[in-house]
Amino acid sequence: METVLVLGATSDIGIAIAKKFASEKYNIQLAARKPELLGPLQSDIQIRYNVECSVYAFDALIFHSHSMFFETLSPKPETTICIFGTMDDEEDAFNNWSLTQRMIDTNYTGAVSILNIAARSYLKNKKGTIIGISSVAGDRGRASKMIYGSSKAAFNAYLAGLRNKCFKDNVHVMTVKPGFVYTRMTENMELPALLTSTPAYLADVVYNGFARKKNVIYIKWFWRYIMLIIKSIPEFQFKKMKL
Amino acid sequence: MKKQIANWGNYPAMEADEESFVFEEQLDALVDKDVSFITRGNGRCYGDASLSERTISTLKFDKILSFDTENGVFECQSGITLDQVLNVIVPKGWFLPVTPGTKFITIGGALASDVHGKNHHVDGSISNHVVEFDLVLASKEQLTCSKENHPDLFEATLGGMGLTGVISRVKLRLKKIETAFIRQKQIKAANLQELIGLFEEYKDYTYSVAWIDCLKKGEHFGRSILMLGEHAKLDEIPPDQRPDALKLPAKKQITFPINMPSWVLNSLTVKSFNFLYYAKNFKKEINNIVSYEPFFYPLDAILHWNRLYGKSGFVQYQFVLPLSEKKGLIEILNRIADEGLGSFLAVLKVFGNQESMISFPKEGYTLALDFPVRKGLLEFLDELDEFVLKYDGRLYMSKDARMKPALLEAGYPGLKQFKSIIKKYNPGNKIRSVQSDRLLLTADS
Repeated sequence: METVLVLGATSDIGIAIAKKFASEKYNIQLAARKPELLGPLQSDIQIRYNVECSVYAFDALIFHSHSMFFETLSPKPETTICIFGTMDDEEDAFNNWSLTQRMIDTNYTGAVSILNIAARSYLKNKKGTIIGISSVAGDRGRASKMIYGSSKAAFNAYLAGLRNKCFKDNVHVMTVKPGFVYTRMTENMELPALLTSTPAYLADVVYNGFARKKNVIYIKWFWRYIMLIIKSIPEFQFKKMKL
Repeated sequence: MKKQIANWGNYPAMEADEESFVFEEQLDALVDKDVSFITRGNGRCYGDASLSERTISTLKFDKILSFDTENGVFECQSGITLDQVLNVIVPKGWFLPVTPGTKFITIGGALASDVHGKNHHVDGSISNHVVEFDLVLASKEQLTCSKENHPDLFEATLGGMGLTGVISRVKLRLKKIETAFIRQKQIKAANLQELIGLFEEYKDYTYSVAWIDCLKKGEHFGRSILMLGEHAKLDEIPPDQRPDALKLPAKKQITFPINMPSWVLNSLTVKSFNFLYYAKNFKKEINNIVSYEPFFYPLDAILHWNRLYGKSGFVQYQFVLPLSEKKGLIEILNRIADEGLGSFLAVLKVFGNQESMISFPKEGYTLALDFPVRKGLLEFLDELDEFVLKYDGRLYMSKDARMKPALLEAGYPGLKQFKSIIKKYNPGNKIRSVQSDRLLLTADS
């Protein structure tokens, strides 16, 4: 049985993805900043799906701990899924450097730090899959998601580069761009039902994309075309819009 | 963000905030907020019990914590549904000790309603099988309650409609099974008299319930089908099924697509339905082996069947009368037949003995029926309440959307004690629902 590492396992999306892969008979490694929260999810996965499930402490912001973290994983996961990320209020972040830096360091720097390590290990074995959960917000910079969007744009570019770099060595990289998702993060936001997915739906689509070795997937699929339209608006026009 | 919520009867509906939690520390933070709330599971009670302007949803708090497959002890967080529990325990040779007619309720909701099933006369309600649970009080304090620890809270929480605190973790004793099948017997009864005789004759069956035609008058008054069942033993099922005796039944579900316009349901359509339902059992008696799903959860196969009753919704009326008050049962059934406000599924069962503070079941006849919400319905139900009151009966709070506080008080001798326990552990009525306010359980005074 292969093993999947879930980075950011306390988020609603992390939980859903861990359960989905467990239901498909993968052993699961749960990693999060607060591993002490993961006991119930660990027992749930073991009992429901009859797979192995272990828990690790992982902090995206403590970059120098990442190699040691990956070193201690036993067994080495064949698939690494990077889910962690933060989204603060943009206006607060704009006015407070530490918030801006935390968003960039979590969503981009931290992700690059750990995925470089995973990728090196996979390239050496000429086998492995990396999945990055990014966002449609990275497709074009706009005022309402300026910092968050730019961190995800950088992450998208990184994942695309990594895909290109790893392809010839049989290491697959998949970029996942969700639109709106019903999570605790968005519980108090009014979201358009048609454009919004549940974590369970997202996890199904991620698993199917993984099984079919997709490169870039949008969730839901029509976000690809929505973003295509948004990307095609000329900048002189775009800059005047309220987005 | 406010959204429109309602329970299974779609009556009443209201705007509410819904907040959820995945971890205990998040629950603490939600309980700590200075706004009153009621805990809500899957919204499968029928009336207003889990409605409030602010609800805390347990649905994301749904993890399985331990499962002792040797001794059949199962421990989980309260937001898991019975459906998910069955998926895990049936293949290992265990079953829910008590299950109501739907598997789409949460364990927390099952305890808060102290649900009963077709085996009440043998196994009692779910409270009989609870080892312990954790309760987060309005003060944020968390207590582990059992028959030994905090027995007052233990008893008041089982059937207490969520008013003592948030049930967070539950440990249950399961029932051993050899197969996922039920050995079923269905017997037609031409009238109520015969049905009551049959209940007596077959009281040793673990599971028993009757569907009853409430619109029939005269000599066929109370014609019905008695459904009996036992968990099938391995040697009772067809040999080719034995290797997969504990396999989960395949999921066959259809969704009721739209809210039915209200004119569709009238005494003519209900009479036709009842005729067909009765006539489908061609023989006087049927004996067969069926999967547990159609036996326990016939309506779960149709998702959103509540839409049958249209946008205005329906009220389910369930009462229990003491065994000595057969006369009362006949009077109520007569009154319903006269009114012609029939119900597709009227269900009659005999409860065994149960002594509890605030749970619904007590020894006697319990009848449950659905009434579409129409003009005049509430007045009619008030009239039925008079009979229930007169014959020393009570109504089931999990079904209720409209009873008056006086009926609750008359029907539940433990109410005074229950109220004093709420006062002690839920001071200031931080935990309150539309129902608890209506029934003056949490009224400011």
